[in-house]
Amino acid sequence: MSRSPSGDRVALWRNPTFRAYVLQGVLLAALVALIGFIVANTMANLEARGISTGFGFLDERAGFSIPQTLIEYSGDSTYGRTFIVGLLNTLLVSALGIVVATIIGFAVGIARLSPNWLLARLAGAYVEIFRNIPLLVQILFWYFAVLQALPSPRQSLSLLEIVFINVRGLVIPDPQPLSGFAATPWALLVGIVAAIALGVYAKRRQLRTGKALPIYWLGAGLIIGTPLVVFLITGAPLEWSIPELKGFNFSGGVRVLPELVALWLALSIYTAAFIAEIVRSGIQSVPEGQVEAANALSLPGGITLRKVVIPQAMRVIVPQLTSQYLNLIKNSSLATAIGYPDLVAVFSGTTLNQTGQAIEIVAMTMAVYLVISLVVSALMNVYNARTLLKER
Amino acid sequence: MAGESMRDVMIEARRPPNAHRGVVKWLQRNLFNGPINSVVSVITIGVLLWALWPFVQWALIQADWLGDSRQACSGEGACWVFISARFESIIYGFYPEAARWRVDIVFALMAGLLAWLAIPRIPGKRWAAIIAVIGFPIAAYVLLLGGHFGLMHVSTRNWGGLMLTLTVATIGIVGSLPIGIILALGRRSNMPLVRAVSVVFIEFWRGVPLITVLFMASVMLPLFVPTEVEFDKLLRALVGIMLFWSAYMAEVIRGGLQAIPSGQDEAGKALGLGYWHRMGLIVLPQALKLVIPGIVNTFIALFKDTSLVLIIGLFDLLAIIRAGLTDSDWLGFATEGYVFAALVFWVFCFSMSRYSQYIEKRLQTGHTN
Repeated sequence: MSRSPSGDRVALWRNPTFRAYVLQGVLLAALVALIGFIVANTMANLEARGISTGFGFLDERAGFSIPQTLIEYSGDSTYGRTFIVGLLNTLLVSALGIVVATIIGFAVGIARLSPNWLLARLAGAYVEIFRNIPLLVQILFWYFAVLQALPSPRQSLSLLEIVFINVRGLVIPDPQPLSGFAATPWALLVGIVAAIALGVYAKRRQLRTGKALPIYWLGAGLIIGTPLVVFLITGAPLEWSIPELKGFNFSGGVRVLPELVALWLALSIYTAAFIAEIVRSGIQSVPEGQVEAANALSLPGGITLRKVVIPQAMRVIVPQLTSQYLNLIKNSSLATAIGYPDLVAVFSGTTLNQTGQAIEIVAMTMAVYLVISLVVSALMNVYNARTLLKER
Repeated sequence: MAGESMRDVMIEARRPPNAHRGVVKWLQRNLFNGPINSVVSVITIGVLLWALWPFVQWALIQADWLGDSRQACSGEGACWVFISARFESIIYGFYPEAARWRVDIVFALMAGLLAWLAIPRIPGKRWAAIIAVIGFPIAAYVLLLGGHFGLMHVSTRNWGGLMLTLTVATIGIVGSLPIGIILALGRRSNMPLVRAVSVVFIEFWRGVPLITVLFMASVMLPLFVPTEVEFDKLLRALVGIMLFWSAYMAEVIRGGLQAIPSGQDEAGKALGLGYWHRMGLIVLPQALKLVIPGIVNTFIALFKDTSLVLIIGLFDLLAIIRAGLTDSDWLGFATEGYVFAALVFWVFCFSMSRYSQYIEKRLQTGHTN
């Protein structure tokens, strides 16, 4: 029973609460009807076309080969295995792309703020050129116009006779661990743990006594030095398989697919243009007064940068950077245009064509990207909460 | 008297001394102020000359421009004959030659409307908007598809090239904006079900790549409707693109809505305005104005991503060029083809981004100290 402020009774259909209920009821009914309509049609269509349903196909024999597999895979493997292979290939190119895009992006972003007029303009031109050309065009350009125009294996271009590039891809040396190598990764782990422990100790010590340890040098020494010493003590148990031209092809080394190289290049260069803008705006977002205040306290330039500018810039940079990383992972699905065997190409492409189970396969593919996005967003929220301006 | 000691004629400003102006000083100040900067400048100039000069030579100086076949190319520089020989199909796709004047009219209408809307000096923006939203789509639909008023019917299978790219982009833009506004309002609604539906919808589309959406539109959408309904391939792609981009649009608009102080909405309530009046007359006009740069950036991203329709077998600008490269008479011109495609997309995207910066400046009506 609702009344207007003056006490008169209000018609039921003018009551906001009642109207909200009605509206949501209608929305719910429409949703249910839509879903019911879709499900009924899909069932009928699947039956009419004789397509089976369910995830049983994942255990069936795939019977096609994949040019790049990070885990063991053959034509006799199951469709479930193709899913894993594709997923790993997606993660591989994404990881490679994220590393290189970050390096180029930070370099270009900082160059844009350079006092050197020419360098700043050049960095600006880089950003304006590459972010305004569709990624797909760039991928096709690198693959068809650049990599396909490279010479045949016999006339490979080489770097110091160790790394070769030709029309069939990139050939790089392959590390071959001998017995006793296993100690080195463990030493690396020990080094990292020790460096973290040292960092914690150094911070406490500084809080207590005000004296700082040269933590960056000590940490780097621990992380690099420990495994290096162990590696040398165990007798350097590592051999490099250097690629060599034998007949028409290379023996030894690892061959990197040209598709991977093209996709990697395009993703890195494209995403770097966006990262550069983020880095620039992040650095510019730190008010000049902060640097001036640090100067007034006579902090040296390096400390001003490390302790004043970068932490504040990072607060602006990191959330946007993560969303660019997510974009890069999602954009890696364009691999299918040049035939790099990523999740979409292998699973939503070949597997779907062979089994015809569109719904399950598209849903699984989408679920992978959704899970990655949601996990990264959740981590991002934690980071945001931690670096939020502490207002008192 | 002070008057005698005062000049009543201004002294003309003197030019700065020669040592402080001119090319030399500029170079000194911007490129060679200090040893590090000088080294950086020299290296940059070196890299520029090393990379740019061969490109200019290839693309402009030694290039061949006109002709009918690859014999017209000397092979020294770029063979733009590849583009000029198939220029018609790059613009119109497989659209029948006799009906191409219809596409031209639509292009002209679109250019005129865009100019009307985009140039602030031309009056009557309201009319332009009404024509752009209602009149133009109807005219374009009738002209492009045909089948009415004695015009020959042209199936969407024959659409292609730049014309298809612009069609997909325009419909995507015009469709995703209103859906995005509704979703953004829904996400801020205080009705739990409306809010939940909007959040799930937005986060779902934002979490998946456009390719999987297009795959879904091309292989799953036909399963969702009764068998007798024939779903056009282009229409399927358009549905996917609109749903996908409306989610991004919604997030941009939500940013604008959040920036409007709640006092604006409360003042509307105090005046006794209903929800749609408050939103339509008070909140949205301010919010949309705030996020115009964001909206244009989304338009740019949408425009770039129209190239993805190639993967589901539509012949947009990029796909037509790619198809031309597999023509056995024209093998080996991938560089020319993709450079041209890149240039076309770049011109559109760069002008949009420049326009957005210009508008941003114009709309700065607040006081900046």
